[in-house]
Amino acid sequence: MHLGSAELLIWCLGTALELAFVVCSIARRSFFTYFFLNLYMLLSVLADVARWMMLAKFGFKSDAYMYTYYYTDALLTVVLYVLLISLYSRVFGELRFAKHMRLAAVVLLLGTAGFSCAVVVQQGNRLSHFFAYELSQNLYFVGIILTYLLWGAVLKLRETRTRLVQMVLSLGLYFSVYAASYALVNVAPEVTVVKYASPLLGCLLPLAWCVTILRYSEDSRLAPAQLVAVP
Amino acid sequence: MMAAIILVVSLVTMMMFFVSYCRSLMASSASHALSEEVRDVTGIQSRASSRDFTRVMQLLQLCPDRPSDRMGLQAVQLYYSFLSAAQSSISRIAPSFASWSETERASCAYFVAVVLDKRISLSREMLAQQAES
Repeated sequence: MHLGSAELLIWCLGTALELAFVVCSIARRSFFTYFFLNLYMLLSVLADVARWMMLAKFGFKSDAYMYTYYYTDALLTVVLYVLLISLYSRVFGELRFAKHMRLAAVVLLLGTAGFSCAVVVQQGNRLSHFFAYELSQNLYFVGIILTYLLWGAVLKLRETRTRLVQMVLSLGLYFSVYAASYALVNVAPEVTVVKYASPLLGCLLPLAWCVTILRYSEDSRLAPAQLVAVP
Repeated sequence: MMAAIILVVSLVTMMMFFVSYCRSLMASSASHALSEEVRDVTGIQSRASSRDFTRVMQLLQLCPDRPSDRMGLQAVQLYYSFLSAAQSSISRIAPSFASWSETERASCAYFVAVVLDKRISLSREMLAQQAES
């Protein structure tokens, strides 16, 4: 299978934006402050390169490409989950139950992995790429719920750090848009625009984080009352 | 059926996060006091009105671009268009939405005026640097 020019352009754009975020973080001396965000972006770039190499060498329908795709996807979803927990740690950092929260996150991750494993075994599949696919899908769903809860906590705790608020909101927007595009594939598979929408939407997260890192300093603050939209 | 429910829920949360994201962008510029020059040019004194948005956007096209402003500006433009479209349809059913939407659109106009202010400052700095060299 050959990639079309539009798909190739979106793929390159996404990889360039992921790299741009890491470069911006280093330039703004925030690499270690947002270590897991940077780790996720670096791993995304590595996953893109690995997938590209497999696609070029073995083709789209090969087992090698399929395994690379699903295992890198599962790895990225786990790192995205860890990233989300790191944002939780920052929001709840000054509270006493931060340690318990980390423990709960590990239990939830292991529980999701166990549930995914059970689903795969029950369906009679071998624990191969099916597990990776199931784990990614379930962690994505857990991620949406956790991001929504985190946003609630940001509002409740009157979080004022602009960078943190915008990173949580970008992540929430990214998860929602992704979930909507996956659901749209199932509801209306004949809509061809969805094929391009998912990778294009994947570019939104690094772009929004680049803007946040470039536009605001770590000391920037905003009034939490201005974030609540009540018509 | 399940996919349709997920689609609807995702669209609702997407809308909620989008509105909050735009509000966070605008909130960060709300404390910025406009320069005398921008107040004269735009006609905005202490508070902007929703009608100022289009005029300030036109003025913005005349200034050199700042890449770091681009995405925020596009998000707020999209938010303004969404509010304008929603105001003409929803305000008939829910009158309280009209006044809320008006305040939001005024905040969009003020955000754009702050971007204009920053672009003018940047242009002035660039001219000063050129004159020095």
